[in-house]
Amino acid sequence: MRALGKGGLTGLAAVLAALAIAACGGSSGPPTLSWYIFPEPSGSFAHAAQVCSKASGGKYNIALNTLPTDADGQRQELVRRLAAKDSSIDIIGMDVTYTPEFADAGWLRPWIGANRDALKGDLPGPLATASWKGKIYGAPDNSNTQLLWYRKDLVPNPPKTWAEMLADAKKLAQEGKPHYIEIQGKQYEGLTVWFNTLVDSAGGTILKGPRTVSLGASAQKAAAIIHALATSPAADPALSNSDENAGRLAFEGGTAAFELNYPFVYPSIQADDPKLAKEMGYTNYPSVNAGQPAKVTIGGSNLGVSRFSKYPQYAFEAIKCLTNAANQKVDAIKGGLPPTLASLYNDPALAKPYPFKALIKQQLADAGIRPQTPAYADVTIAIQKALSPPGSIDPKSVLSTLNSQLKAALSSGALI
Amino acid sequence: MSAIQATGTGTATEQTPRRRHLTDRVKAERRLAYMLIAPAVIVMVLVAIWPIINTFILSLQRADLRFPQNNQFIGFDNYGSVLSSPLWWADVAHTLIITVFSVSLELVLGMLVALAMHRVIFARGAVRAVALIPYGIITVVAAYSWRYAFELDSGWIPGLFGIKSDPLASTTGSYIAVIISEVWKTTPFMALLLLGGLALVPDELHEAAKVDGASTWQRFWKITIPLMKPAILVALLFRTLDAIRIYDTVVIFNNGAHNTETLSVLASNQLLNRLNLGLGSTVSVLLFVLVGIIAFLFIKVFGAGASPTGGD
Repeated sequence: MRALGKGGLTGLAAVLAALAIAACGGSSGPPTLSWYIFPEPSGSFAHAAQVCSKASGGKYNIALNTLPTDADGQRQELVRRLAAKDSSIDIIGMDVTYTPEFADAGWLRPWIGANRDALKGDLPGPLATASWKGKIYGAPDNSNTQLLWYRKDLVPNPPKTWAEMLADAKKLAQEGKPHYIEIQGKQYEGLTVWFNTLVDSAGGTILKGPRTVSLGASAQKAAAIIHALATSPAADPALSNSDENAGRLAFEGGTAAFELNYPFVYPSIQADDPKLAKEMGYTNYPSVNAGQPAKVTIGGSNLGVSRFSKYPQYAFEAIKCLTNAANQKVDAIKGGLPPTLASLYNDPALAKPYPFKALIKQQLADAGIRPQTPAYADVTIAIQKALSPPGSIDPKSVLSTLNSQLKAALSSGALI
Repeated sequence: MSAIQATGTGTATEQTPRRRHLTDRVKAERRLAYMLIAPAVIVMVLVAIWPIINTFILSLQRADLRFPQNNQFIGFDNYGSVLSSPLWWADVAHTLIITVFSVSLELVLGMLVALAMHRVIFARGAVRAVALIPYGIITVVAAYSWRYAFELDSGWIPGLFGIKSDPLASTTGSYIAVIISEVWKTTPFMALLLLGGLALVPDELHEAAKVDGASTWQRFWKITIPLMKPAILVALLFRTLDAIRIYDTVVIFNNGAHNTETLSVLASNQLLNRLNLGLGSTVSVLLFVLVGIIAFLFIKVFGAGASPTGGD
């Protein structure tokens, strides 16, 4: 009994000692900055961390820590650590929707003075996602926007609006040809992205300011489009369970004529089905109002400096390196992540992997941004629940449902 | 009788002089007993009781990790808000649907498996071990394997039954998938508990009944079931309490879409996604109360005649 207790104690002491050593990060060498970001499969982030550690000339090392693979898990891990004032996280890889929440809670250092000037080269869309109450809280690192991918053999003239696309799909269905429109109709973030794009494209916004619901005619129109697609022959039967990957697979499977998705589908189809890849065309996301270009919801991530970091100056420096043109180029070519720096879109090296780079640049410059509110996590749950499954949306009552759900989401006092 | 016992164990009750006489020894023993159980009690208080108390305290507050400046004590407002929310009642209904269907299917299938395991003639240990495999698989892994099985393009289920549309894109399909996954995973547990009950039924009774001309069916209903009642009760109670807290399977199938959101998913949405500790704790406390009520009902209502000899 006593021996066991002693052994246990020794073990505990050893664990504590190991933890203490790990926490110090090796007091002899330069400080280690930990960078938390989503797991990027191509290794371009690890490459950037290595290059920038070297570039610091021995001032600091950057350690890459990956977050969970799912979006909810990523945010939960960051929020848990930051709410507990964890000083072991220096550089925060934030999804574009996190800025207001993290900044409002006081977890981020603002980018001011010379640091702010370093972000001059970024496109306005990505930069807007990093701002909160007039200040910038993160350096855009990569971005993303959906394009309309279509079958050139089935659709010689790609549609310019949602109405045209639905009509084209109906016609193809009557002719017995592949006709599905692949889009994200599952109850998850993708559904919010779709709705937000439609609302912004129709000229409205979901929220006005961080705390006020401003749903109107444009939201009505957006919900009507989602419902129209879901109940038309253009809807994939799996629409209410489709995410980006399901849409990609369906298009590659040959059942779809249209696909609204991120550029990762382009290299994918070339690897999976080179023959079909030749028939895949791309164009701007269809607009809601004819003649008014769509405002496509922007994705991507920004890098922020934690308030609790012990080396904030180094962290700012490191982020400037991690998000510089050379590293964003690697992210773009190796990892398929669209850059946020305007200048990179003129780089000839991007012409081959990004033949559609002009479309992306144009959509990023005038992007739709998801509601900027510290309660974004609540808002997106409310939107997803109100619109899922898309086929069951009641166009008459959807606006009042959304309104009451969003109000509940913005108060801390109601379930959603 | 009691006096003899008292002397023997040192826990006299009636005879005060004797009690006085033994006080020192009893005291010392008691002290030793307290000291011996103290570590366990302290650990239990720290890891089990304190979180429950803390959850209850949080449920009386407006507590949102993101807006700490708004935190305040609000009494039972959170309870009013949760209990008046249609979402709470909808999720209660979803949870009960899953619980009732999966537990009853498990009971029937578990009984069949238990009877088979009980009567198996050869390789008894191997058969029992094989039947237990699903229960040994991590719930998340089991749920993923069933989700992939139900997937339209790659799963074997739509192909086998000629299903043309995604089963997980409808409410009925999602429920069927979740319930099948749950049943597959926990039937062995049910079977194991029931097998223990079957062992309680003496073979002589069956033989006597056979002599009297009772059919297999009659023997099952008149002998096996009544004698197994305590085991069935325990199995049902365990599984119901488990099923009512279902989380992993639902989250993996479709994260509560298509009206499959359960109470645990609701709690985790409030706690982990919204960081709303007040509302999330309220949902957790109410779920705890619900579990308590169900356990109480099981023991009081069904448990009254549970003793095998109780009626006779």
